[in-house]
Amino acid sequence: MASKTISKVNERIRDGSVSVLTAEEMTDYIREHGTEKAVREVDVVTTGTFGAMCSSGAFLNFGHSDPPIRMQRAYLNGVEAYSGLAAVDAYLGATQESESDKSYGGGHVIEDLIAGKEIDLHAESSGTDCYPRRMLDTRITIDDLNQATMVNPRNAYQRYDAATNSTKRVLYTYMGTLLPGFGNVTYSGSGMLSPLSNDPTFRTIGTGTRIFLGGGQGYVIGGGTQHDPENRFGTMMLTGSLKEMNPTYIRGAAFHKYGTSLYVGVGVPIPILNEEIAAATGVSDSDLTTEIVDYGIPRRSHPLVREVTYEELKSGIVDIDGSEVRTSPLSSFNLARRIADELKGWIADGEFFVSAPSAQLPARGSAKPMRETRGQLLVQDAMSGDARTIRSDACVKDAAELIIEGYFNHLPVLSEDGTLVGIVTSWDVSKAVARGDVGTVESVMSRNVVTSTPDEFVELAVQKMEKHKISALPVVNETRKVIGMVTSGDLNKLLVRR
Amino acid sequence: MKMVIHISSAMQDPVIARVILGTGVEINVDRANIDATSGEIVLEVPIDACNRVARAFEREGASVSVLEHPILRDEDECVHCGACISVCPVHVFSFADDWRVAMDESKCIHCGACITACPHDALKIVSE
Repeated sequence: MASKTISKVNERIRDGSVSVLTAEEMTDYIREHGTEKAVREVDVVTTGTFGAMCSSGAFLNFGHSDPPIRMQRAYLNGVEAYSGLAAVDAYLGATQESESDKSYGGGHVIEDLIAGKEIDLHAESSGTDCYPRRMLDTRITIDDLNQATMVNPRNAYQRYDAATNSTKRVLYTYMGTLLPGFGNVTYSGSGMLSPLSNDPTFRTIGTGTRIFLGGGQGYVIGGGTQHDPENRFGTMMLTGSLKEMNPTYIRGAAFHKYGTSLYVGVGVPIPILNEEIAAATGVSDSDLTTEIVDYGIPRRSHPLVREVTYEELKSGIVDIDGSEVRTSPLSSFNLARRIADELKGWIADGEFFVSAPSAQLPARGSAKPMRETRGQLLVQDAMSGDARTIRSDACVKDAAELIIEGYFNHLPVLSEDGTLVGIVTSWDVSKAVARGDVGTVESVMSRNVVTSTPDEFVELAVQKMEKHKISALPVVNETRKVIGMVTSGDLNKLLVRR
Repeated sequence: MKMVIHISSAMQDPVIARVILGTGVEINVDRANIDATSGEIVLEVPIDACNRVARAFEREGASVSVLEHPILRDEDECVHCGACISVCPVHVFSFADDWRVAMDESKCIHCGACITACPHDALKIVSE
C-alpha cells in the first residue's frame, strides 16, 4: 500500500516539488484517479472554513503602567475583558458586549486590534502597596501589546445543526433570522471544505498541528470544548498570534437581538500519508449529513425536522413536508475557499510546513448536558386543573355568570368537539355589555389564544405572559383540549414558595 | 422601477386610486407603512411611465422619490456568507458561481429584512 511520511512531505515543500490540492479539488481527483495514485501524486490537501465561532477570544498583555496597576476591571472600547489574572493580563471574549453599544463586542475589538486601530483602554483597581494605581485610561494599538494571543476554546465544528422555525413569529437567534412557519433554514459549516470532515477520525489532526488561523500561522491546542466525536460534532481548541493575523479573516459580527460574535477563518492542511487519509479527503457535500432542527422549541434539544446533506443545503432550497424552503448559510464558502487556496499557496511557496501532532484529537467521547441539582418547575406544578370553560355558541350572559361564580377573569372557549377556539375575559364581557352587544360568546371572544402545555417550564410560561402582556394561559394537551388554567398569580405563588 | 411615495397621514383621499385611474398606468403596491404622522408607500411602476406617475402623485400633494439604489452594500464589511438570501421576500440576493453574493437591487421593496439579518452590518437602506 502506498504511503509516505511527514518529513518526506516537508522535504518536498522545501525543494518546491510539493503537490497541493484544496479539499474541493481532491474530491474530483479521487473520483477520477483513486486513492493509491492520490497517495503517490498528492502531498497535502488544504481545507478551510469561515464562520461565526462564539467560543473565541484573546489573551492580551498590556505591559506595566507607572505607577503600576493591578487591573481588577479592564475595558477595551467599552467592552469588558476578564482580568482576574496577573496584574496586566486580560482575556477578551468574542461575545462580551460593549456597555454602551450592544452591536459592538469583543469580536469587533479583536478585529479592530488586528486592523491596527487605536483602542481605548480603561482599567480600575482598588490599589495595593505594590500596585497603588486605582484608575487608568490610555489608548493602545496591537503594537503596544507585549502579547496578543488568540486562544479559542471551541472552533471549526465538524458539522452543525441547521435551524428552522415552526412558530408563528420571527425568531432572532445565533443562527440568524428564522422566519415563521418554516419560512427558511439557516446553516453553518463549509461542508466538503470543512477541516474535521476531511479527517473525521483525526489521523493527522491533534495537539501541535500547524494551521492557518485568521491569516497567520496558528496551532491546534487539542480537542475543543464540547468535542463530541462520537456524534460527528468534533471541535478544536486553537491558538495563534493576533499580530500575524489579517482582518480579512477575522471579523466581528452581531446577530440582531442575540449578541456579538467573531467570524474566524481556519484552514487545516492534511498531509496525504496513506490511502485511508486520502480516501477521507475525497468526501463530497452529498456524503455529509446534518440535521435540520426546530429552534421554535426553546429547549436544550431542538426537535428534529429532518436529516439533510450539505449538498441539499448548498442548493439553496430544501424540502420540508412538501414545501420548498429557502436556505441561508451563515458561513462564507467564498472565504472558506479563499482560505484553502491561500494555505495551498503558502505550502507550494515553501512558507508553511506540515507537522505531526504530538497527540491526536480524542476519537472517543461525547458532550454531556449540564447537571442541574434543582429541578425546574413545570406548568403542571402550578396550574389549576379544574378550569371552567364555555361553548362558543353560548350567550355572553352565561359567560358573565360563570366568571362571577368562579371569581376568575379568563374563560377558555370550546368548539362543539371540545377543542380550544378562543378565550373571553371579564373585560371582553363588560365591553360587550357596555355596547349592548350581548349575542354569543363567539362574537366577543379573542381567537388568538396564547396557550401553555403541562410540561412547559414555568420560567418560559412567565416570559410568554410578559411578552403578550396577558395574565393567564389555558393549558392544553396534544389535541388542544383544555386541561387546566395557569395564571400569573399561580406562578408567582409557586416561585415565592421556593 | 421602484418609487417611494411619502404622504402625511392626515391625507384621507384615495390618492393611489386616483393616480391609477388618472394615468391609466398599472402600478403594483410593494409595501405600504402608514403610522400616526406619515406614510411611505413603495410602488413598482413601468419605467416609461415613471415621470407621469410621479407628477400625478405630486399633484395630489405627495412627495416622490425614485429608488435607484434602494440598498447599499459596504463591500469592505460583506463576507459573502448569504445570511441575507433566505430572509428577502423578493429574492434580491443569490449566490454567483464563485459563492459571492450577487444583488439584484431592482427587485428591492425596502422592507429592511436583510438589514437586521446581516451579521456584519454591511447593508444599508438608502433614504432619498
